[in-house]
Amino acid sequence: MIRISAPDTATAGEIIELKAMIQHPMETGYRRDSKGETIPRNIIKQFRCTYDGNIIFEGEFFPGIAANPFLTFHARATRTAMIEFSWTDQHGERWSEERLLTVS
Amino acid sequence: MRRLVALALLLSACGGQSGEYAQQSQIPPEAIQSGYTFLQPETQALQDDDFANPGFLWVDKGETLFNQIPETGAPACASCHAADNRPLSGVAAHYPVMDEETGKLMNIEARINACRERHQDLAPLDHESDALLGLTAYVASLARGVPISVNIDGPARNYYEAGKDYFFLRKGQFNLACSQCHNDNWGKKLRGDTISQGHGNAFPAYRMEWQTFGSLHRRLRDCDSGIRAEPLDYGSATYMAVELYLAKRAEGLAMESPGVRR
Amino acid sequence: MQTGHKKQTRQLLTRRAILASTAAVAVGSFLAPAAFATPEDADQAIRELFGDRPINEGRVTVTLPPIAENGNSVPVGVTVTSPMSEDDYVKQIVILSPRNPIATIARFQLGPHAGRADISTRVRMAGTQTLRVVAEMSDGTLWSGTGSTYVTLAACIIG
Repeated sequence: MIRISAPDTATAGEIIELKAMIQHPMETGYRRDSKGETIPRNIIKQFRCTYDGNIIFEGEFFPGIAANPFLTFHARATRTAMIEFSWTDQHGERWSEERLLTVS
Repeated sequence: MRRLVALALLLSACGGQSGEYAQQSQIPPEAIQSGYTFLQPETQALQDDDFANPGFLWVDKGETLFNQIPETGAPACASCHAADNRPLSGVAAHYPVMDEETGKLMNIEARINACRERHQDLAPLDHESDALLGLTAYVASLARGVPISVNIDGPARNYYEAGKDYFFLRKGQFNLACSQCHNDNWGKKLRGDTISQGHGNAFPAYRMEWQTFGSLHRRLRDCDSGIRAEPLDYGSATYMAVELYLAKRAEGLAMESPGVRR
Repeated sequence: MQTGHKKQTRQLLTRRAILASTAAVAVGSFLAPAAFATPEDADQAIRELFGDRPINEGRVTVTLPPIAENGNSVPVGVTVTSPMSEDDYVKQIVILSPRNPIATIARFQLGPHAGRADISTRVRMAGTQTLRVVAEMSDGTLWSGTGSTYVTLAACIIG
């Protein structure tokens, strides 16, 4: 599951707050299961946010990012366009979601 | 380890009774407080934030499943439980209830699985699966803020008594009853934590310790492990009974699910 | 000071190991391995990222709760003083730990389109520590700030 918080509309030049959360265990690779076996690392490595096709914010994650990664950041509204939020895990699997920002 | 054992000994000494059961103590009704009260302000803020509260990842999942027609073409949950027809708003505050068909006590999880079998011809969902937690969280979220009140009359009475029995029964290597922490010593410090009153009104909840979302029965299993007693099975009749006893004991407290706990 | 921390951690691990074997429940802890970063590892991570360029104190504000009741999820906010204009902006923000198994927690790349260098996330903290955040500006200068949290121990260790 992915949760996105982004305004639907903004005025040109306005700075908007964006929030994104994705369900993911961010398994550190340091924990052991009930049989004493190490649980393999399984983490999201990259977060990327593009606005009108341009990268506006990127994050590289290490095991120190908490489970179900949560981020807030900002963007300057310029024109009506899609904002895309995407996450890529260490195996290359990618999840994404889009929101349309209408700028007046 | 030594410190924990010392604590256990201290707590058993405080119990003032050497028998199988702890003293039948009670929290005065006016003193009943949600576990929320004992959290750090940042954890409270996380629960109160309807976006950042990670429990909503499961509520969202549950809402999607609730409205989705299963692959088999069976009716969706929403086909029976619409806003104007058998609405589910508030009902979770009155669970667990007696199931008229089987004469057994059932919580929300058991009700969801019974619905699947009886009305949707679907296999029951596994305990602690994202799907069952999600549906439970969604239904519980429809009762957010509703004061807990449960019926313990008639056949439910036996379950209530069994749950109460378990609550006061001293068990495990630490020989502790639930009541010795949560009735007799709530509000006091146990290492870095403040002992809560042990209410279930936030569950299913996101626990930072789990780094995920889980059921009340998972929490009860952790309590039992914590006192070095053998955890019971998910959905066991005893945990159902404890759930009913806890609900009656917390009567009047507002439902908080999806809660956030440490 | 750091030696003290490490010693404390080892004792805790031993205690956890005993408890886990007696209780026969899942051993689930971020603290499980013995290898932890030290402040020197955090310095090394900074050197790998930025070489020996000087790091100025200031312009970076780190917001952390005074007490975290669980180190698995601690809210952290970072604000960097910058006009975030086309020619004067924050390029990168790096969050570092002197005590987690891996010193680097996250790296964020920003640009003038971010409008404001103000971010937040939730991190894991393997015990009480002071996080260090380094910001790289578009002119290549480095600025840093710190934030501390006491991570308390839970009452009931489950596994």
